[in-house]
Amino acid sequence: MQDDLTARVVRDPRYQELKAKRTRFGMWLTLAMMVVYYGFILLVAFNKPFLATRLGAGVMTYAIPIGFGVIVFTVVITAIYVRRANSEYDSLAEQISKAVLK
Amino acid sequence: MSRFPLALRQLLTLAALFGVSASIWAAGADLGQAEKQPTNWTAIGMFGVFVLFTFGVTKWAAAKTKSAADFYTGGGGITGFQNGLAIAGDYMSAASFLGISAAVMVGGFDGLIFSIGFLVGWPVVTFLLAERLRNLGKFTFADVVAFRFAQTPVRIFAASGTLVVVAFYLIAQMVGAGQLIKLLFGLEYWIAVVLVGALMMVYVLFGGMTATTWVQIIKAVLLLGGASFMALMVLSSFGFSPEAMFAKAVEVKTGIAAAAGKAPAEAAAQGFSIMGPGGFIKDPISAISFGMALMFGTAGLPHILMRFFTVPNAKEARKSVLWATTWIGYFYLLTFIIGFGAISFVLTNPQFLDAKGGLLGGGNMAAIHLANAVGGNVFLGFISAVAFATILAVVAGLTLAGAAAVSHDIYGVVIKGGKADSAAELKVSRLTTIALGIIAVLLGIAFEKQNIAFMVSLAFAIAASANFPVLLMSVLWKDCTTRGAVIGGFLGLISSVALTVVSPSVWEVTLGNPKGSALFPYQSPALFSMTLAFVGIWLFSILDKSARAKVDRAGFLAQQVRSETGIGASGASGH
Repeated sequence: MQDDLTARVVRDPRYQELKAKRTRFGMWLTLAMMVVYYGFILLVAFNKPFLATRLGAGVMTYAIPIGFGVIVFTVVITAIYVRRANSEYDSLAEQISKAVLK
Repeated sequence: MSRFPLALRQLLTLAALFGVSASIWAAGADLGQAEKQPTNWTAIGMFGVFVLFTFGVTKWAAAKTKSAADFYTGGGGITGFQNGLAIAGDYMSAASFLGISAAVMVGGFDGLIFSIGFLVGWPVVTFLLAERLRNLGKFTFADVVAFRFAQTPVRIFAASGTLVVVAFYLIAQMVGAGQLIKLLFGLEYWIAVVLVGALMMVYVLFGGMTATTWVQIIKAVLLLGGASFMALMVLSSFGFSPEAMFAKAVEVKTGIAAAAGKAPAEAAAQGFSIMGPGGFIKDPISAISFGMALMFGTAGLPHILMRFFTVPNAKEARKSVLWATTWIGYFYLLTFIIGFGAISFVLTNPQFLDAKGGLLGGGNMAAIHLANAVGGNVFLGFISAVAFATILAVVAGLTLAGAAAVSHDIYGVVIKGGKADSAAELKVSRLTTIALGIIAVLLGIAFEKQNIAFMVSLAFAIAASANFPVLLMSVLWKDCTTRGAVIGGFLGLISSVALTVVSPSVWEVTLGNPKGSALFPYQSPALFSMTLAFVGIWLFSILDKSARAKVDRAGFLAQQVRSETGIGASGASGH
């Protein structure tokens, strides 16, 4: 019974679409986050003078907006995924669920 | 209690091989040794109000806590927004509030680097795990890992991973509570430790997850509110100009350097150094390794993972992480402003300084003194009470996660073969809560004089090296087997602890071995122990030709369908 349900879901093309789309999107976003964070860490490790360069006449440096930028990026990238998953992916999952459980 | 039998104290201390650490990595999360301050009745009064109010919440929660499911997940009736606040509360510990604002006050931008590391794990949790956890699990993360594997070995591994992480995290929190109460309330160390243990037991025993979650939410709101007020007051005194705030801080730091006898050019350079990276990151390998521990450790902390089972479905699980990430990110921006505010308003005010120019009560008092500077004595009392409430709430969450691992994974599944009745399981979880509470108090007293700076980092490293790889591979890799998961997981667990022991901060500083004799030269083991765990899981899985391996692999398809679609997922409450 349970195996049968699994088989029916797997045969549904919408399931294959959901799985492929979400896996790809999740991987790309994970990669983006890693590039931004480890890029930031490597910048700190290898190019301290750049980060300590003044932006203008005042004391503000590149470091402060870049650091704040990483924090904002982290929140925004999470929001992008959640927004898409809660609409597109959930509606696909719901369609599949309706089709196999009827 | 502070004259706790010496032999036992030494035994406990020696057994764990931990002591003083000079780890710069952990600098921001350390409450350090504190000097006892005069008794602060305003703070004690405000804390009393908090305790009375949370007892009311616990009484209400107790009426709703009837089954083991209620105890573990609060009946699954928590919304994404509420859960997000609770997760943020679990994460915004007193150590991060006081420690990071103090690190910013001392090092400026370096403090921000530290807090960013704690934040960046959240998107990874969201993209790879949050909804899958919700769809596959019921009460503990072991439910997810053991979905298609042989129950007994996997549960024993997951419970070990949980308890080890919980133990290190608990020690850090209990010692922090004791130091903090000396500072903030002017009471004895042991009183704080016993108080935290006793109050936490009341919340967890009677109110289970419902009370623990609401205590965490209340505290998160108070902490975010208090920190927002402080940041606002700091910014408003500079006419809401960040440039003016930074300029003043640089001026103050330059003045301090000049007063210490530096030549003007050198003093100016030192003053300006807070605007860029300083000595926080030295070698790239330590930096990456430490970054990995923070990033992936978040995805392996049992008390955080457990929170995903308190919401009704995957949609709410995702919303919880988004809210949590938002609040935590906002909180770190606040601590940055608070740290800079402390440079201008605390370091320049002799009222807060001792004869040598250090902060009264120790380095971590930056945020506390700033509260006094911007909001007077009543606000100081408020922030002190919130800081203590923070520890209490985090300890309750940790204890609940530990109790669930023992009662659900070990008693319910391993001993009773999954046939334990709810009442018996509930009883075991309550007994475990009492046991963990007593152990936490004893450990808190045993580690009083130790520098526990590295323990939070160590807890993250273990979570990243043991729990996270097993969780990820079991969910995403179809050829993963029971044998691979258990061997690889234990390799990660043992290697992360062992490498920490032979790293400079424990081997040389704690154990007193000569400088340069540490076998492992880096500050964090995660890069190596995580790799070992993943390779171990992979190797022992592909070599596994047992009959069990066939069952494990055959179960992947059904697991994947459920994790992707939520079809067949258990209601959070299990009814």
